[in-house]
Amino acid sequence: MTPEIAVLLAQDGITTGAIYVLVALGIVLIFLSTRVIFVPFGDVVGYAALTLAALQLKRIPGTVWLVLTLAAIATVVEVYGLTRRHQARRIPQALLYYAALPVAPAATAYLAAGYDLPMWAGIPITFAVVLPISPLLYRIAFRPLADASVLVLLIVAVAAHFALSGMALVFFGPEGFRTAPLTRAFFSVGPMTVSGQSILVVASAAVFGLLLFLFFERTLNGKALRATAVNRVGARLVGIELSNTAATAFLLASALAAISGILIGPITTLYYDSGFLIGLKAFVGAIIGGLVSYPATIVGAILVGLGESYASFWNSALKEVIVFGSLIPILLWQSFATRGGVVEDVEEEEGESRT
Amino acid sequence: MTTLLSVEDLHVSYGKMEAVSGVSLDMQAGQIVTVIGPNGAGKTTLLSALMGLLPCKGRSRYESDDLTALSTEERVRRGICLVPERRELFSDMTVADNLILGAYTRWRERRAVQADLDEVFRRFPKLAERRRQLAGTLSGGEQQMLALGRALMAKPRLLLLDEPSLGLAPLIVREIFRIVVGLRELGVSILLVEQNARAALETADFGYVLETGCVVHSGPAAGLAHDPRVIASYLGGKVEPSS
Ligand SMILES: Nc1ncnc2c1ncn2[C@@H]1O[C@H](COP(=O)(O)OP(=O)(O)OP(=O)(O)O)[C@@H](O)[C@H]1O
Ligand SMILES: [Mg+2]
Repeated sequence: MTPEIAVLLAQDGITTGAIYVLVALGIVLIFLSTRVIFVPFGDVVGYAALTLAALQLKRIPGTVWLVLTLAAIATVVEVYGLTRRHQARRIPQALLYYAALPVAPAATAYLAAGYDLPMWAGIPITFAVVLPISPLLYRIAFRPLADASVLVLLIVAVAAHFALSGMALVFFGPEGFRTAPLTRAFFSVGPMTVSGQSILVVASAAVFGLLLFLFFERTLNGKALRATAVNRVGARLVGIELSNTAATAFLLASALAAISGILIGPITTLYYDSGFLIGLKAFVGAIIGGLVSYPATIVGAILVGLGESYASFWNSALKEVIVFGSLIPILLWQSFATRGGVVEDVEEEEGESRT
Repeated sequence: MTTLLSVEDLHVSYGKMEAVSGVSLDMQAGQIVTVIGPNGAGKTTLLSALMGLLPCKGRSRYESDDLTALSTEERVRRGICLVPERRELFSDMTVADNLILGAYTRWRERRAVQADLDEVFRRFPKLAERRRQLAGTLSGGEQQMLALGRALMAKPRLLLLDEPSLGLAPLIVREIFRIVVGLRELGVSILLVEQNARAALETADFGYVLETGCVVHSGPAAGLAHDPRVIASYLGGKVEPSS
């Protein structure tokens, strides 16, 4: 390997790593505030990329139908629940959140499909269409199980993943898509060339990472989200509604997924099931961070991107094996270093929430 | 005086084991009511049930509403606040963040919350010194103060205190009881669970003695403090022979 190639691979690795950072942050965000390991998160990323690709091909993205289905189910569940609890006056608000807000962007996408959309229109539409997917899934599948064990939540998450990726096959077919590049610019920095695309990706990851940090540090809602992660009983005792923080977490994570999908679309060819793999690699990054710390998650996700990039140079057929194989020593090291800290914390918390 | 809280025939169980069996309790607005009793009597269980953290059977009313219909979060919004036995602080967050979150339901009143934050820091100078420290790294007594401070930040109208003096130095214990009395003057009602029965009965207006989930004695606190049976079991004194 020559130094030039090493630099090139590093650049590649950091670019994909930056996207894994966004995805991994979403996974950790959801896990910490709801104890759900949100397996379908990668699928949502895939949906974002494929939605943009479909719009660019002037097709109606299948995501529209997914959102409409989810919105319909969530609305029925919510309205039924409210009626049973005699809270009919909250129905209009429920209709706004679970029907009107998710359906509006889907309808826009439906109407816009077929026109030659400029980038500045396609990207926001994609973002808005994908945004409601995770919160709606939360309302349908996870909110009714708020007190269930981590394992039950994981099983439901796996089921949701199979449902989403199955539907993606129906909506988008088995062929691969790649969206138009966000920019074709190249810059030369000394002896190496850096693509504008890479810079854009890394800059976006940095900006959204920073925004997330500010949200957690500076806003009351962000603090409430952290508080819920630290102590669920304590959070309830100060009046934090756990279902609200969970919905916020899913919404924010969904935004991260949509952004990641839009960013990764032009970099690799994506199939209906590629999103899951992206999610899995980001999950490896999150595991390196122990699923508890945002800064460690960022480091972990970038390591995964770099590892993947170099692994594909040595043996591209085995790159996934190398990335996922590296998980084993990491897990071993973590279980020795912390004696299963995360698991213990979670179990302890469950015990607390029962008392 | 108006009845703020009235509980009738409350039952709370952990699985098959009944920890609170048929407790009835009344609280007037602006009163300090204390619940004393031996370890395992069900005091903590009673407070958790009143906060909506445990499912329970029985009737309870708060102001003019059915308490059982309200979730924990709604109870907080209605002014009920619990300082739990286990404190339940946000250990990975700073002292200041813990206090600010205490006022979570009052997010509309920024200015007032800031004033209350200064007030809590004035009451507990220890916390002011350590406002940037993580709550989990505070000493036991400091965590105790933080738990009480966090509850005060919610501006409660009914404060449920589960052994607020546990593990605190005598000087701070006195400060805590002073705060409790001060709160009553501001119109806050307090339900006080205490091991320190003597101090509790001296401070309270009314008292209940709980044993194995049942109320065995109740009455004005001054009366209870002179009841020979209570003195023998909880105040550690000799029963004075009645002349
Ligand atoms: N989560 C639980 N599961 C099963 N039993 C419990 C649980 N929590 C408490 N108990 C039991 O319920 C009874 C009442 O407990 P509680 O904590 O209410 O007592 P307490 O009066 O607060 O005691 P202390 O003065 O020691 O704090 C005890 O016998 C206890 O063992
Ligand atoms: Mg107790």
